[in-house]
Amino acid sequence: MHEYPRYSRTRETRVFAKPLYSWNKGGTSRVDQFLQTLKDAVTIGSLYALIALGYTMVYGILKFINFAHSDVVVLGAWISLLTANKVLQLAGGEHAAPWVGPVVLVVAMLACGAISFTIERLAYKPLRKAPRLNVLITAIGVSLFLQNTGQLSAFFGTSPRSIVPLLGDQAVFSIGLVDVSTVDIVGVGTAVVLMIVLEWLVFHTKLGRAMRAVSYDTRNAALMGVPVDRVISFTFVAGAMLAAAGGFLWALRFVVIKQPADTSWTLLGLKAFVAAVVGGIGNVRGAMLGGLAIGLLEMFGAAYLSSSYKDVYVFGLLIIVLLVRPSGLLGKAIVEKV
Amino acid sequence: MSSLSQSANRLSPGFAKATLGGLWPIALGITLAACLQVFIKPHIDAYYALIALNIGVNIVLAVSLNIVNGFTGQFSIGHAGFLAVGGYAAGAVTYYGSICLFGSADVHGGLLSGMPMDTEGLAFLGSGDALFLVALIVGGLVAALAGLLVGLPSLRLRGDYLAIVTLGFGEIVRVLLQQTDTLIKRSVGSETAEQFAQRVRDTPWWQLPKSVGGALGFTDLPKYTSLFWVYALVAVMLIVAFRLKESSYGRAFLSIREDEIAAESMGVNTTRYKVWAFVIAAFFAGMAGGLFAHQLGTSLSPVNAGFQKSFDIIIMVVLGGLGSISGATLAAIILTIIPEWLRGVELQTSTIFVLIGLTLLAVGVLKVYRARAIAKKTGIEDRSARRRAIGPALGLILISQYFFRGHLPAALQTTINLGEYRMILYALILIIMMIARPKGLFGVRELWNIGPWAKKARVASQNAGGIVPTQGGAA
Repeated sequence: MHEYPRYSRTRETRVFAKPLYSWNKGGTSRVDQFLQTLKDAVTIGSLYALIALGYTMVYGILKFINFAHSDVVVLGAWISLLTANKVLQLAGGEHAAPWVGPVVLVVAMLACGAISFTIERLAYKPLRKAPRLNVLITAIGVSLFLQNTGQLSAFFGTSPRSIVPLLGDQAVFSIGLVDVSTVDIVGVGTAVVLMIVLEWLVFHTKLGRAMRAVSYDTRNAALMGVPVDRVISFTFVAGAMLAAAGGFLWALRFVVIKQPADTSWTLLGLKAFVAAVVGGIGNVRGAMLGGLAIGLLEMFGAAYLSSSYKDVYVFGLLIIVLLVRPSGLLGKAIVEKV
Repeated sequence: MSSLSQSANRLSPGFAKATLGGLWPIALGITLAACLQVFIKPHIDAYYALIALNIGVNIVLAVSLNIVNGFTGQFSIGHAGFLAVGGYAAGAVTYYGSICLFGSADVHGGLLSGMPMDTEGLAFLGSGDALFLVALIVGGLVAALAGLLVGLPSLRLRGDYLAIVTLGFGEIVRVLLQQTDTLIKRSVGSETAEQFAQRVRDTPWWQLPKSVGGALGFTDLPKYTSLFWVYALVAVMLIVAFRLKESSYGRAFLSIREDEIAAESMGVNTTRYKVWAFVIAAFFAGMAGGLFAHQLGTSLSPVNAGFQKSFDIIIMVVLGGLGSISGATLAAIILTIIPEWLRGVELQTSTIFVLIGLTLLAVGVLKVYRARAIAKKTGIEDRSARRRAIGPALGLILISQYFFRGHLPAALQTTINLGEYRMILYALILIIMMIARPKGLFGVRELWNIGPWAKKARVASQNAGGIVPTQGGAA
């Protein structure tokens, strides 16, 4: 029913603690299926929201869709994998200590931030004044470059690998037959914490005010003394850090990471972009809402309708939203003046 | 007075003359393609024939995408979806039609379809060829229908959003194709050909288009594609594209590209022309897909509808220059030949550094000269001279390391097979081109607009600094 590998640890398989009493002997009840789907939806929705935030921030500032964003997620996932494996190799021991996770996360975020900063300076900055479609093609080029360079044997290689399990699998508590494990809590929790930090950053700090100013009107913001170049670079870096966190959470949850040029990554990025559009592209809160919406749609569609068409549901929603309400849920419609 | 009526008659010829006048280039093209197949193909190696087939298919794909991206300025990156839809439709007609009509899914064509010369009862075109032609046209029409479906949402979408919707369309096509049923194949050993043909004839008609192979791809297609079919389509495509560009439709497309709002206020029905662009491009892409499917018989699979193939086509169009038919053709030829050529090329790392160094040196020196010329002309002092010297200096350093190549660290002394790095090279070419020369090879101009004929074209190309002007005006 659910396509993502859920419990595929390579070392050992743990059995979830079953509740002692279940009112449903045999088969899952409808409530349980609903709760399970809801849990999956929230998990994947928080991932989509993190990635969608990167898209929406870059679009808000530069009015261009950063096609290469999904590749930063891949980068984050692979860097987390390599770092975690390396750290565990150095520190020794079978199971990861609790401090390994945050360290890996920070390393991944910093590395992706640095790479994204370089990309922005080298590839996007010369095109600030170019027609938007030129920048779009450049973004496609950057995306291809990142994918294929990542696939070189010197970097990540072309075969899927698994990360060492950073957290235990035990169920912390269960609602009915639905087990909520440490991985789930940490995953959604980290995403929520990062989103709260971003919300604080964008709406309650001076830098955030600068970002919003640049997104409203770049030239006048520059006239008001906002260092536009630095703000744009910072936006890219922030988006990349969130994407890296998304990649790390993906690695945490799904363990097996496919090669960088695999289509599943681009699909993930596309769905996150759909989430950004649905919430209102350019709108930070909209991206969070959109991520949740897409997660709900995908998981409930897969569970209750047909799991093989779940991509079609998401793209179908995109087309419907673009036709009916292109400004998204929280966006404001801009009337084009002639 | 009589000369006036004579010239009036000349300007508006009768029906027969107009039709013949319009059709002779197409007839010429098809005849040339037939000559290619009959006289030249037997003398060339099969490998080169395959490359020529690929070149032809890529030309049609690139020029058809150019109609949407280049003439009309809409950014469509799901072109491979049309390719796949057309290929699958044509394949279904050929495969099941061949079984129902001829009893088996082999090639029943004639000389022009690549049958060897010593087959008995050989004609130029066999009965299978008629089926193949019908299949191609059906493929084109089905793809045109898909183009209509994609073109309709484009009414309300601009630029980036349309790009995403077309990308999503390609993915939807891929997913839907993966969900189709498996191909109805003959169980070898337990079923004779007649029994199998009867079984296919007995299946309900709506089941046949659903059984096109699913995720395994559409295999076992008869190999009808030959140089004749491909280059006949290339001839038709080029003539149609050229005539389209010069016609009133073409002018409408170009006006939509330049400034959609101005075009709308001048009375151009942008909706209608944008949808037409998609439909025409999709039709030809579908026919190219049909040719692609029957080339090796096994190459059609849902992954061909994905963005990887779409990007291949986009790179060709962008490299050639959006809006230029000859540019797209040339770029398609170059970008089909280069990967094949690169596959056999093995270079030492130090040689690659030398090449990079030479490029940096050449570009850097050119830039320095140009800056000096501008400084002399305008009288303004050139302050970035030092920064500009970094490029050539780095180039010289890289070139000089060639003489020390024996002493480089071991990691840098490897031989690199360039074929593996093809996609990275493509990506770098795309990025560098967008920064340095976004117009591509030809820009908006055609091959015949350069050089002595460039006078008329200079005005047209001045506005084409980029691909689509920003909303504020020309780039």
